[in-house]
Amino acid sequence: MTSALDITQAVKPPRAVFLNFPLGHQTGKPHQPELQRRIVREALKCFETIARPGEIVELPYVWDPNDRTWEDRDYTPGFMPRRPTPVEADAMEAERQRRYR
Amino acid sequence: MPIAYIPRTRELYSSHTPYRWAVNETVPWTPLRKPLSSCKLALISSGGILHRDQPRFRREDTSYRRIPKNAHPSDLYIWHFGYPTADAQADPNCVFPLERLRELEAEGVIGELSDPAFSFTGGIYSSRKVREELAPKIIEELKAARVDAFYLVPA
Repeated sequence: MTSALDITQAVKPPRAVFLNFPLGHQTGKPHQPELQRRIVREALKCFETIARPGEIVELPYVWDPNDRTWEDRDYTPGFMPRRPTPVEADAMEAERQRRYR
Repeated sequence: MPIAYIPRTRELYSSHTPYRWAVNETVPWTPLRKPLSSCKLALISSGGILHRDQPRFRREDTSYRRIPKNAHPSDLYIWHFGYPTADAQADPNCVFPLERLRELEAEGVIGELSDPAFSFTGGIYSSRKVREELAPKIIEELKAARVDAFYLVPA
């Protein structure tokens, strides 16, 4: 699957399914299993329907029919929270490990 | 309108050495020899999924994690700083549709969901390292598991 059409056109995988959703949502929206199921099911169908090597099929789902401003923001400076420092990352990791002790 | 991620990546990482994008000329191709409903399918994610207390990923990390097929979503954790992960953390099926694939297996859409699934982080600067260090190890496991097809899901 891909949400980055230009990258996929350069890489040329055997089969690809393009879904124009923001990064971090390639197979759907949180807590919407029906949408997720439709996306995954239609992507998997392409294993059988793609006959031309390198073909990229686009799925018809729209992230938000009333708002396309996410397309201007995705993967631009400031769209992401700051990366944690090594000290912060170690603390996050320690907290996660504590859950399993 | 598809977003042009290549120029946006260049700008976002403009303080780094310009990234050398993989550009392939030919397309590898193996026909699917049986219906999907008879296939053993593996899920592979570059979204940085961890299971329970598996160690986190580090920068330029070419390691991968084996995620048990029947993992409970509350035992999945996202470790990745190259995409907004809040929604995936709340519901990993946004980028790692393991539960959905288990359901599709039960419904007979796929023959079998392979155990385990695999995850690594996609934010590895060196595509050579991915080709030479990460991919061959996963391929070896897929072959040992006699997987018919794999479903590569990015974040």
